[in-house]
Amino acid sequence: MAERITDIGPPKYDEMWPDIIKDNYGKWKYHEILEPGVLKHVSETGTELYTVRCAGTRLMTTLHLENICKIADEFCGGFFRFTTRNNIEFMVDDASKLEPLKKALADNGALPIGGTGACITNIVHTQGWVHCHTPAIDASGIVKAVMDELFEYFGSHKLPAQVRISLACCLNMCGAVHCSDIAILGVHRKPPVIEHSHLDKMCEIPTTIAACPTAAIKPAKVDGYKSVAVNADRCMFCGNCYTMCPAMPLADADGDGIALWVGGKVSNARSMPKFSKLAVPFIPNEPPRWPSTVEAIKKIVEVYAADANKYERIGEWAERIGWERFFEKTGLEFSHHHIDDYRFAMTTWRNSTQFKFTD
Amino acid sequence: MAKEHPTPMLDELEKGPWPSFVTDIKAAAKAGKDACADLLGQLELSYKDKEGHWKHGGIVGVLGYGGGVIGRYSDVPELFPGVEHFHTLRVNQPASKFYKTERLREIIDIWNRRGSGMLNMHGSTGDMVLLGAFTEELEPIFAELTAKGWDLGGSGSALRTPSCCVGKARCEWACIDTQDICYTLTMEYQDELHRPAWPYKFKFKVDGCPNCCVASIARADCSIIGTWRDDIRIDAEAVKAYAAGEIAANGGGHGTDDKLDIQKDVVELCPTQCMSWDGSTLTINNAECTRCMHCINLMPQALRPGTDTGATILVGAKAPILEGAQMSSVVIPFIKMEAPYDDFKEFIEKVWDWWDENGKNRERLGELIQRLGLAEFLKAVDLEPVPQMIKEPRSNPYIFYKEEEVPGGFERTIDDYRKRHAR
Repeated sequence: MAERITDIGPPKYDEMWPDIIKDNYGKWKYHEILEPGVLKHVSETGTELYTVRCAGTRLMTTLHLENICKIADEFCGGFFRFTTRNNIEFMVDDASKLEPLKKALADNGALPIGGTGACITNIVHTQGWVHCHTPAIDASGIVKAVMDELFEYFGSHKLPAQVRISLACCLNMCGAVHCSDIAILGVHRKPPVIEHSHLDKMCEIPTTIAACPTAAIKPAKVDGYKSVAVNADRCMFCGNCYTMCPAMPLADADGDGIALWVGGKVSNARSMPKFSKLAVPFIPNEPPRWPSTVEAIKKIVEVYAADANKYERIGEWAERIGWERFFEKTGLEFSHHHIDDYRFAMTTWRNSTQFKFTD
Repeated sequence: MAKEHPTPMLDELEKGPWPSFVTDIKAAAKAGKDACADLLGQLELSYKDKEGHWKHGGIVGVLGYGGGVIGRYSDVPELFPGVEHFHTLRVNQPASKFYKTERLREIIDIWNRRGSGMLNMHGSTGDMVLLGAFTEELEPIFAELTAKGWDLGGSGSALRTPSCCVGKARCEWACIDTQDICYTLTMEYQDELHRPAWPYKFKFKVDGCPNCCVASIARADCSIIGTWRDDIRIDAEAVKAYAAGEIAANGGGHGTDDKLDIQKDVVELCPTQCMSWDGSTLTINNAECTRCMHCINLMPQALRPGTDTGATILVGAKAPILEGAQMSSVVIPFIKMEAPYDDFKEFIEKVWDWWDENGKNRERLGELIQRLGLAEFLKAVDLEPVPQMIKEPRSNPYIFYKEEEVPGGFERTIDDYRKRHAR
C-alpha cells in the first residue's frame, strides 16, 4: 500500500485567519453590537473589525456552503467562520463594506442576519430522523418550525436576556441540552420491544444488562432463546439498552414525543450554572411543523419576556418568582411527572414553609 | 432527469423566514445528487411513520484508526438505494472554526465527488461532519483528505475532538490562548484520539472566560476555563461615560440606546456584593470578586479582566446517560496555561491513568469520581483538597477514616475492652 498519511491532526488554526485577526490576536479591547447581527470589535491599536452574524442551518449541502464561500470571497478576502451555535460570521475590516455585504446576504435569501445580544439565537440540535439511529423525534424540522415562529427574536434585542434553546432527539443528548434556557428533548414512553430470536447473535448480553441505569434488565430464556427480559416497572425508556443492543428498539409513533425543559444556563454570570428543569413532560410528534410544541415554547418565551427583570435568564427568573409562580404564569400543567424520583430526588423537594399560594 | 420523491410533508418546511434545509437538499437533489433525493424520500417516510429509518450502527472505518467514521445503513434500502449506506466522517475542524474558502473547497470538492454532498457545519463536539458516504468510498475519501492536510476527528471510547471558543482571535475577554491550547492537545494526543483505548469517551473544551461560550462546564470531561487572579481593570473615565448614557449598556446587547443603571444593573446584581458606586467612582473589592463576568459583560468599554491570567480546571461533566447529567467541578482553581502546557499535560495524564485503571466499561470520568469519590480522585492525581472545590462541606457524618489516621489503628481486642467494661 502506498504511503498512507495518518495522525496529522487538523490544519493549524492561524492558516485560516485573515490578516486583521493575525495582527490583532490577543489585542482586542472592547466590542459594540451596532445592530442585531452586526458586531464591531476594536483593538488596542484602534483597528476596527466588523462581523455580520447569520443563521446557519447546520445541516447543509455543499451547494449552500459554496454560496457562503462566494460571499466570503467577495467581501471578506475568502475568510469566514462558524460559531459554536452553528451561526456563520463574515468579518470585514472596513465599515463601508457592511452595507454591500448585508445586501449580498439578503439576496442569498437563506442567510438572515441576527443572533446577537438579548435574542434567541440559533437552536443547537442533533441529527433526528435525518441520520440518528436512536431518535424519538426529528431535529431539523422542529428547529425550522420553532425558529420560524420565534424569528422576530432572532434579529432583535427585545428579550430580558439571551434565551438559548437546544434540541436533542433522545436522552443521549448529543450536545448537552441539559443546561439550556429551553431544551427540546425527544423521549420514549414504551419499554423496548425485544427480538429474542436474534438478541444473542447481535448483542453482548452482560454489556446490555449493565447499560440500564435502573437495573431493569436481566438475563432470560425466552421461547428457547438465550435473551433478556425487561422489568417494565423499572424501565424509564432511556434507550441506553438499545444503544448497546440492536435487538431492543424503543421507537414508537404513539409512545415517542417531546419533553420541554427550562431554566438551564452554562454561563457563570451572576448565578452559578444550572440544569434545565422539566416544564412539559410530553407533547406528541406532530410532523411536519409540530404546532403544539411551537405554541408551548412561544408561550414560555412570551411570559418570561413580559415578567422577567432585565438581565435575568429564564432560570434566574423562575427561581426568583418561585417555580409555583412559573407554572401559574405560563399556565403549564403540573403533575406527578414533574416530581423527581431518581438519585438526588430529595434535593429538589421543598423543605421549607416558604412558598407562594397560587390559583 | 434528476431523482425525486414526493415530499408533501417536508414541503411545508420550505415556508417561513428561517432558512430551510429542505429547500437546500432539494436543490442538491435537482443538481443530480441521488443520495439527497433519497434522503428526503426517507425523511418523508419518517415523518409519515413518526419513526426513524436508520439501522443501528455497523462497524466501518479507515485502516489503522478505531474511530472518526460512524456507520449508518438505511432500514428501507429497497425504497431509497441512494442512502443504503449513509456513513459519516468526522473531519477535525480548525480551532474556533475559522475557514479560508480555498481550503474549505478542498473538502467540498472531495465530498461532491465521493459523498452525498450533505454536511453538518458542525457536529456538537465541533467536528465538521461529512454526512452520507458508501463504504467503498471511505478509504479514498480519507486518502484525499489527508493528502490535502485534513484529518478525522475522534469517536467511540477515545479522546473526542477538542474544541474551543473564539478566544483571543476575536474576543476581548479571552484570558487564555484557547486556539493554541485546543490545537496543542489535539496534536499531542492524536493516538488517543484515533485509537479508542479508554473506558469511554473523553472530551476537552476550552473556554476563554467564565462566560463559557463553548459550554465546557456542561459537557466536558475536562473544562479549561480562562480566568485571572489579580484585579479587574477599570477605566474610570469610561465608567463615567456609561453613567452619563454616552455608551450603551451590555455592548449594545439590549439596543444601542440602552442606558446603563450602574447601581441597579451592575452593583446590585453582583453575586458577592463586592462593588460600590457613589455616583462617580466604581469600586471593586477584588479579593471578594468571583469573576462571574457580569459587570464586565455590562461595561465592556470600562471593565476588563485582569492580566495575571490562567485557567480554572474542572472535571466530570456529561449528559444523562448513564448515571445522570453532571456539570464539571473545580479541581484546579488556577493554573498558568503557558505553551507547551507541560503542567497541564502532566495533570491530565494522571487523570487518564486513574480513570483507565479504575473505570468500568462505558463509565465516564464524572461517574467514576461519583463512584469512588472526589477525595480519591484528588489523591490519585496528587492534588491537595481546597475549599474552592466544594460549594459546601459535607453535611452527612459518615466519614471513612483510614486506619493510619487514627491513633492505635483498628486493632484491638475484646478482652482488653472487657477489662474496663463489664458485660
